[in-house]
Amino acid sequence: MSKLNVSISPHIRSKETTTSIMLDVIIALLPSVAVGIYVFGLRALMVTALSVISCVASEFLYEKLLKKPITIKDLSAVVTGLILAVNLYSTAPWWLPILGGAFAIIVVKMLYGGIGQNFMNPALAARCFLLLSFSRIMTDYPALDGVSSPTPLVLAKQGTVVPISDLLLGTHSGTIGETSAIAILIGAAYLCIKGVIKPREPLSVILSTGVFVTLFSLIQGNPITLNYLAVQMLGGGMLLGAVFMASDYATTPVTPWGQVVFGCCVGFITALIRCVGNGVEGVSYAIIISNLLTPIIEKITAPRPFGLRKERAKND
Amino acid sequence: MPLKTFKGGVHPKDKKELSEGAQIVRLEAKGELTYLMNQHIGAPAKPIVNVGDRVLLGQTIAEAGGFVSASVSASVSGVVKSIGPKVTRSGDEAIAITVENDNEYEAVEGFGEPRDYDKMSKEDIRAAIKAAGIVGMGGAGFPTAVKCTVKDDSKIEYVICNGAECEPYITCDYRLMLERPEDAVLGMKIVLKLFENASGVFGIENNKPLGIESLRKATEGSERMSVLPLKKKYPQGGERMLISAVTGRKINSKMLPADAGCVVLNYSTLIAIAEAVTKNIPLVRRVVTVTGEAIKTPSNFDVPIGISSKELIEAAGGFTEDPEKLIFGGPMMGAAVYSDDLPITKDSSCILALSKDETAGLEPSECIRCGKCLYACPEHLMPIRLKNSADAGDYKDFEAAHGLECIGCGCCTYVCPAKRRLSQTITMAKRYVLAEKKKGAAK
Repeated sequence: MSKLNVSISPHIRSKETTTSIMLDVIIALLPSVAVGIYVFGLRALMVTALSVISCVASEFLYEKLLKKPITIKDLSAVVTGLILAVNLYSTAPWWLPILGGAFAIIVVKMLYGGIGQNFMNPALAARCFLLLSFSRIMTDYPALDGVSSPTPLVLAKQGTVVPISDLLLGTHSGTIGETSAIAILIGAAYLCIKGVIKPREPLSVILSTGVFVTLFSLIQGNPITLNYLAVQMLGGGMLLGAVFMASDYATTPVTPWGQVVFGCCVGFITALIRCVGNGVEGVSYAIIISNLLTPIIEKITAPRPFGLRKERAKND
Repeated sequence: MPLKTFKGGVHPKDKKELSEGAQIVRLEAKGELTYLMNQHIGAPAKPIVNVGDRVLLGQTIAEAGGFVSASVSASVSGVVKSIGPKVTRSGDEAIAITVENDNEYEAVEGFGEPRDYDKMSKEDIRAAIKAAGIVGMGGAGFPTAVKCTVKDDSKIEYVICNGAECEPYITCDYRLMLERPEDAVLGMKIVLKLFENASGVFGIENNKPLGIESLRKATEGSERMSVLPLKKKYPQGGERMLISAVTGRKINSKMLPADAGCVVLNYSTLIAIAEAVTKNIPLVRRVVTVTGEAIKTPSNFDVPIGISSKELIEAAGGFTEDPEKLIFGGPMMGAAVYSDDLPITKDSSCILALSKDETAGLEPSECIRCGKCLYACPEHLMPIRLKNSADAGDYKDFEAAHGLECIGCGCCTYVCPAKRRLSQTITMAKRYVLAEKKKGAAK
């Protein structure tokens, strides 16, 4: 008889790995990327490719230079690259996704210890960095069929009624991945079925945004229509943020109630930026600000262990 | 009505199809038998025979070494060959008595003599269970006589038979459900006599429909007994999870099942109780599943305790290929052993031979904070936080995060996509904290 392996139980493991989860996220992002390429043309493909390549190359070079184990096989850098790309306009110059990808991976992810250690969503932090540094380029939304058309949120702010079918199909201006609600929802459904994310994460963001937008509008005495509300909840970066960024593992709470609280924080800050502030978008900022609250949210929403009742008074 | 269960847990493939169709085959020992003195939780048993003595089948060869302990009886007749330390399956040493089988099976006086439990007092029943050396046969090995001794018998509302058998592969309890349901029902009747206000519930996972049906038939017409199908989910057979599924009551590490008005007994244990009380047969045999991809003919054997695992594996046709891992118990909580020649103990439910050790090549990577360990933990702990505190040596935080509530089921390690050894680290930390507490108390 040959040698027997001896180790502590359990002796079986689930098939799921970090790589398989990242692959699922990539698959879920594909419909949105595809719609983006269809609507905005090959330029969208170029921006996406550059962003992904920049992220993967940054991780590889960083680890190579610092003689650390190479981790690009886990595909997390590809996910970051894709998420950054879907948040950019197809009009971006070639160096923008490259700079953004390098910032996301090196400054936001690797300097804080790599996968799982960063406290801010790398792609979003990079987007905000680009938005602040190159605000003119970053808000240069592409023309559709040769006609310059503002994004739905801009239109809604001006009081224009936006056809909901445009929002669902994605035939309007916007960043590469944010235009089609249906494409994003297909991805969301895939992630929920695969158990990669829980429905409570995107739902709490979207619903709380609706609630807080309504609340702020009522306080300010602004008229509120169903169309306006639908655009607020479906248009712009909202869905993309809710599904792919407010459910990010590293930067959002792991506790079930914490995820709901986090979602409501995002909704509140988004509504604050859109209604009280002068902003149009706001989801990106709302998420990275909420990222900072993650540790405290996680602490106060820790699940109560099985069979332990609420701590009674000490002299009990 | 939805099936009763608990929150959390995991769904490993159950692999019971390998051995669930194999009828129980009675096996006698060819070689010598080894009786370990620590086949149970608590103080080790004390040998009361000497080298060279002839012992008889059913004779007590070691007595309980304390209140939480159990006696050991010979499962054959023969001569005591040695008494001394032996390396056990965990790698520790324990005193063991070895007996050379003379194949005569000469029994002690009174062995197998029928008794009417209806005429026995509670004390007599408890004494019979204690004398038989019965321990929990599901794997934990807690002395049954201690379990059946509670402060106030009248406060026990449920006697729960643990028929979940939630570990993958194992089918010994399932076969006994099909082949000997009336014996388990008899065991339940006896235990219900101890607890006059209790009702008996057989909790069985719904991946055993024939077992549920068999028990339903056997309990038909009984007002105090019922069968409760449970959702197939690991660790449904964990004592706390089972109590919660049956009664809705939740207990923690500082409580006993009796605090929730429950006594929980494994299915095989109930049969052992019936044999001990009505036939005066101590715990000398048990059913063991021999299974796994590396076993030629996966089987269920009724074997004498003390028999070598080697004989069981041979009886199952031997190995199809050299196994990479041999496990006593199930794949989730069982112990990987270093040899195929180890004695069967009272709590050995299964010998599992895996042709491939799927954990061998797994290198843990960084935690990605997916939270899956949290959702899988049946104790609703945060394994991710417990491991971090344990790794940092911060045992205060480990305790503050309720690390001592861990039941060691292994669900967190099972689900972790980064293949981190969560439950292993948490179990070690828990042992360390408990040992430190003991030291502190001794001072």
